[in-house]
Amino acid sequence: MVVMKMKFPFQKRVKLAQGLWLLSWCATVAGAMTFTLGCVLKTELRRRAEVMDNSDIHVVPNTLMIVGLASLGINYFASKICQDALDAGRFPRWKNFLKPYFAVSCFFTVLMLLSVIMSFAMKGSLESSLKVGLRNGIRFYKDTDTPGRCFQKQNIDRLQMTFQCCGNNDFRDWFEVQWISNRYLDFSSKEVKDRIKSNVDGRYLVDGVPFSCCNPSSPRPCIQYQLTNNSAHYNYDYQTEELNIYLRGCREALVNYYMGLMNTIGAGVLSVFLLQGSVLVSLRFLQTAMEAVAGKENTEIETEGYLLEKSVKDTVKEYLDPVLKFLLLKNQVEEGTTSTAGPAHA
Amino acid sequence: MPFMPVKFTLQKRVKLAQGLWMLYWVSVIMGILIFSLGIFFKIELRKRSELMDNNESHVVPNLLILVGLLSCGANAFGGKVCHDSLDPMKFSKWKSMLKPYLLMCCSFNVLLLVTALLCFLMQFAVYLTLAEGLKNSIKFYKDTDTPGRCFMKRTLDMTQIEFRCCGNNNFRDWFEVQWISNRYLDMSNDEVKDRVLSNVEGKYLMDSVPFSCCNPGSPRPCIQHHLTNNSAHYDYDHRIEELNIWTRGCREALFSYYSSMMNSIGVLVIVTIFLESADMAGLKYLSTALETMADPENPECESEGWLLEKGVKETFSEGLAKLKLLGKKNQVEEGGDAQETAT
Repeated sequence: MVVMKMKFPFQKRVKLAQGLWLLSWCATVAGAMTFTLGCVLKTELRRRAEVMDNSDIHVVPNTLMIVGLASLGINYFASKICQDALDAGRFPRWKNFLKPYFAVSCFFTVLMLLSVIMSFAMKGSLESSLKVGLRNGIRFYKDTDTPGRCFQKQNIDRLQMTFQCCGNNDFRDWFEVQWISNRYLDFSSKEVKDRIKSNVDGRYLVDGVPFSCCNPSSPRPCIQYQLTNNSAHYNYDYQTEELNIYLRGCREALVNYYMGLMNTIGAGVLSVFLLQGSVLVSLRFLQTAMEAVAGKENTEIETEGYLLEKSVKDTVKEYLDPVLKFLLLKNQVEEGTTSTAGPAHA
Repeated sequence: MPFMPVKFTLQKRVKLAQGLWMLYWVSVIMGILIFSLGIFFKIELRKRSELMDNNESHVVPNLLILVGLLSCGANAFGGKVCHDSLDPMKFSKWKSMLKPYLLMCCSFNVLLLVTALLCFLMQFAVYLTLAEGLKNSIKFYKDTDTPGRCFMKRTLDMTQIEFRCCGNNNFRDWFEVQWISNRYLDMSNDEVKDRVLSNVEGKYLMDSVPFSCCNPGSPRPCIQHHLTNNSAHYDYDHRIEELNIWTRGCREALFSYYSSMMNSIGVLVIVTIFLESADMAGLKYLSTALETMADPENPECESEGWLLEKGVKETFSEGLAKLKLLGKKNQVEEGGDAQETAT
């Protein structure tokens, strides 16, 4: 039972080959674009790698880069094949190449679609990675003298200024950690001693935030210390004062940024996927139409082209059988030898 | 006696035409590049025009945009002429336009030279505008409730953060102005009243800077108030403390940014001048080589090409004589008018 039969007179075959050549070059450019988009995404993820706990999310740009490179190869061969297609003398040499070629191309095209789905599905993983990373970043903010954490302060400050955010969930995260190093605290001062004694862990906690939380758009100079104390500042109400510091949390800001980036890239890759799919379908039609011409005297006859020779189920079986046989064959040989060894022992 | 003659065989003519066609298209790309750089420079000036009192001169970017467009058009025309040059039928329709075209290219080169000079010389104007504009910006920092200056605070804060600078010359400029609005000062407080009374103009001056002067690379949380008072902070000496706030002034930072931009654009314009001159020379050689073919029917004959038909001096004197003649013609016409009015 043939899937999607179509008649192809000579003129239609020629048009198909020409159209396919143009389409495959467009798809090559699209494949290069996919590779570039994968590189861009990877660079952006690496820039903020210090506030990410794990690199699980990197599977998306890695897949995009692999698929982009594969797409370049697939479309290069597609253009070569369709160039030779109309020449009855040169087409037969591609005969043995085409079956594995289609298998590999279908695999990579499906992988392209999977990468788009992954970019939407991995939002949760990204969010939890950022949650842990930012929590550690805020905890180690004060450790500018500890090797390996010297630049944590600078990274968090620049992050908060660039993404216009403060803290992990919101600015109150800064109230729960000691973000001023002990080196800059005067331990002989009564105020400092009181604060440290007032909590179990002996930490110097303040209701203040670093300067990088300050919002330049605020009409008044930045209030970053004694945020919850209305009487410490003139004409200030902690509940209603809106613009002075950034209210948004950095986790939300980063997730929105990366999801926006991945959505845009996903839309682009989806259109590349459709283009690639149409290239493969056209190539299959051209191949089957030209195969019917092979060996005939008159190359200008009308032929039939189809997508799949057997039904979908049978075709899948046909492709998987060699793979399974490769695994099962070993089993068959082993069974045979054990059975001969068995009676030999007995 | 032609100036710099060169003999041309058919092969050489073909090579010249092809090479010149490529060169013209490279010049078109350069024209597009200059056009986009002009637009980029204009946008950068407009982004920070608030810091320059909206007084900045847009002569250079406007000129660059104009020059870019002209260059594209002229070079595309030149490329078309080269493309048609080896086909005698097509070339004949361009022949008459070549002389005025080459004169136009000459004046275009002069325009490019003027643009390059302006790119280098207008930097002084930018420096002066920046100095004046930043001084006013710092003065109006607190006026976030005055219409027209609402966003001065935000612009100046963002500039200090982006360019990693503080104040006009340096951070001490903030000590000389009141940058906290009276709306946020408790006038009933004794300390505030003391400060306001302590200077002639009744301004609330402090030795503090806004938060945008803070350096994120500092190992300690930012100290922005009581900067000159060592005892106000633990383990702090304002003379040796380096990383706390940005020490560079914004005028210097912004000027070095704009100056490097203008320098690179100026260098690019000079490269374009050389490219245009090469184009003109090539076109002159090609057109003269095609004109002096001994036997127009036989394309394979040899011909001679030159830059100027006579020597440099003779061409100049001829040009001057032509101008004088034009002047005399006007005089003759005036004389004729005078006679007519008399009769």
